[in-house]
Amino acid sequence: MSTQPNHLRLVRRLVLGAVLMFGFGFALVPLYDVFCEITGLNGKITNIGPVATAAPDTSRQIKVRLIAVHNEGMPWAFGPLDGVISAHPGEMKQTAFRAVNPTTRRMVAQAIPSVAPAEAAQYLHKVNCFCFEQQALMAGESVEMPLLFVIDKQLPEHIRSLTLSYTLFDISPEVSAAVVAGKEQSL
Amino acid sequence: MSTLDTTMATETGGHHGPAKGIGRWLFTTNHKDIGSMYLWFSLLMFFLGGCMALMIRAELFQPGLQLVEPGFFNQMTTMHGLIMVFGAVMPAFVGLANWMVPMMIGAPDMALPRMNNWSFWILPFAFAMLVSTLFMDGGAPNFGWTFYAPLSTTYAPPSVTYFIFAVHMMGISSIMGAINIIATILNMRAPGMTMMKLPLFCWTWLITAFLLIAVMPVLAGVVTMMLMDIHFGTSFFDAAGGGDPVLFQHVFWFFGHPEVYIMILPAFGIISQIIPTFARKRLFGYASMVYATASIAILSFLVWAHHMFTVGLPLAGELFFMFATMLIAVPTGVKVFNWVATMFRGSMTFETPMLFALAFVVLFTIGGFSGLMLAIAPVDFQYHDTYFVVAHFHYVLVPGAVFAIMAGVYYWLPKWTGHMLNERMGRLHFWLSFIGVNVTFFPMHFIGLAGMPRRIPDYALQFADFNMVATLGAFLFGFSQLVFLWNVIACVRGGRKAEARAWEGAEGLEWEVASPAPYHTFATPPKLPESLR
Repeated sequence: MSTQPNHLRLVRRLVLGAVLMFGFGFALVPLYDVFCEITGLNGKITNIGPVATAAPDTSRQIKVRLIAVHNEGMPWAFGPLDGVISAHPGEMKQTAFRAVNPTTRRMVAQAIPSVAPAEAAQYLHKVNCFCFEQQALMAGESVEMPLLFVIDKQLPEHIRSLTLSYTLFDISPEVSAAVVAGKEQSL
Repeated sequence: MSTLDTTMATETGGHHGPAKGIGRWLFTTNHKDIGSMYLWFSLLMFFLGGCMALMIRAELFQPGLQLVEPGFFNQMTTMHGLIMVFGAVMPAFVGLANWMVPMMIGAPDMALPRMNNWSFWILPFAFAMLVSTLFMDGGAPNFGWTFYAPLSTTYAPPSVTYFIFAVHMMGISSIMGAINIIATILNMRAPGMTMMKLPLFCWTWLITAFLLIAVMPVLAGVVTMMLMDIHFGTSFFDAAGGGDPVLFQHVFWFFGHPEVYIMILPAFGIISQIIPTFARKRLFGYASMVYATASIAILSFLVWAHHMFTVGLPLAGELFFMFATMLIAVPTGVKVFNWVATMFRGSMTFETPMLFALAFVVLFTIGGFSGLMLAIAPVDFQYHDTYFVVAHFHYVLVPGAVFAIMAGVYYWLPKWTGHMLNERMGRLHFWLSFIGVNVTFFPMHFIGLAGMPRRIPDYALQFADFNMVATLGAFLFGFSQLVFLWNVIACVRGGRKAEARAWEGAEGLEWEVASPAPYHTFATPPKLPESLR
């Protein structure tokens, strides 16, 4: 048919469009992270690592509330040593969370932090946090997990208190699967 | 090829007819056969999804748990939604497009007939797979048709993998159908039929097809991410591994909102064909209809988060999505205005297709207004996930999309079968459906505003009366569809002979060919009739 080449070109473009949109669906994942990072939405904390501490801003005191949450099916006892900490912006504060593994097997956990209000997330700098790494505990073992943070002096005036919450996830199955896979590879 | 066909046709003095037996349906590349198969398939799915709806309504007839287990109730709500959206409404529109688009633009067939066959035959397999999950260990998907993670990943029944592959197959089918329709409309119009002379059904389908190509791959992407989270240890939607369940909702609704327009734009097209016919006037504001459809399609990509006002969006986000959503009321209002203006001072008659079209205009507008109420972010916190939402989307989908499909079927049945339909039975079907739909869904507004949550098998006592009314209406509506089935079958089997122009005021190329439409139409491009020149 005389129109056949016409169809081919159009169909090729349309299929390409569909494939690109499939890719776009996956591109939304990093785009979403980037968007959240730029806008500080979602309460995700991205400021990690050491910060230069200048003189703290003693004119303000920020109430930092610490919260511990167990994800469903997580049997560990997990909680902050101090429920509320008062901190001046720019002042380095140290506290800790305590975790106990009451089960009879070795387990690995990962804590995921979140800050409310989300607007404050980008002003919370974590110098050291147990959430940077996975935490493994033997049966019955307990541990005090340190947290070292600084609130940025740029914190907007209207924020007088913020909440830092940790959700503890049981990732033992994933970790053991990865270990097995690693062993298989080394063999 | 085409020259050979024409020579053969002239030598034998006509076209060959359809093949015999089951092979005709399995291997057909004829757009009319494929259109019929799509339509019958969607009718079957409509009844299947309808039975599930009746099971839901029967359980909700009275407070307390009477008939089904809560787990099975959840499977019913999920499967009802999936089957109605992907199995009934979408294939019905594709079926209508298959039948009517080539005839409306003066093309001999769809642009890619073999792919057309393939895109239909994927569907029965996809839905067989989806429905088979009902008989599996752990039951069918039970997480709602929106399949939010982690309900659909961490807490899903094992059958979720079948669901994922069924969605993949439906997506492939829709994308192929869309490509076919675009290629047909852009490349195969009869000489002289410029884009701005296209019948509105073709215009709305063209825009819908672009929406399908843009968002069905995103749906395929999101179910693929679910698949990887479930089976391959990734953490797209799992917070423990650094993912985010809210991301699921963003990606899903980036597909989901254009999807709701995919289900309504072709309906706008059908109504824009029917109202001018029975008002015996040209459509008022043709160009504005085209631009309004295009604006709705473009805006549909910018409003997805109005489905998730309560996930903790920032204030700026809530405001943006609230106002963008309200903006959609403007082009939609243009359309409703144009339909009313078309009827204004027309010499109207009220045959069955027109009755359904009129009910569409009124009831779809009610659904649109409750949509505007839901668009207001601060009050959405009250309405979210209540029966008010259920009332809203059923008003736009049942007396909206489904009534438009029925109007279209009644309107074009004489062209397909060569027989006029039984007008008395058509009117009976209309009035039973009209009353049934309103008795079912109108009380849901009230119980929703009063706080009854959706997707629950049991409810507080104060909602009992309205639920009972809704259930009675649902059974009335459900069983009145048997009248529709009877009417279609009767019309296929016999009836008063239809003329080529079956309706007095009908304009367009499809009414220039004989009724029933011969197996092959427009082997040579037609001359445009006076009304289209």
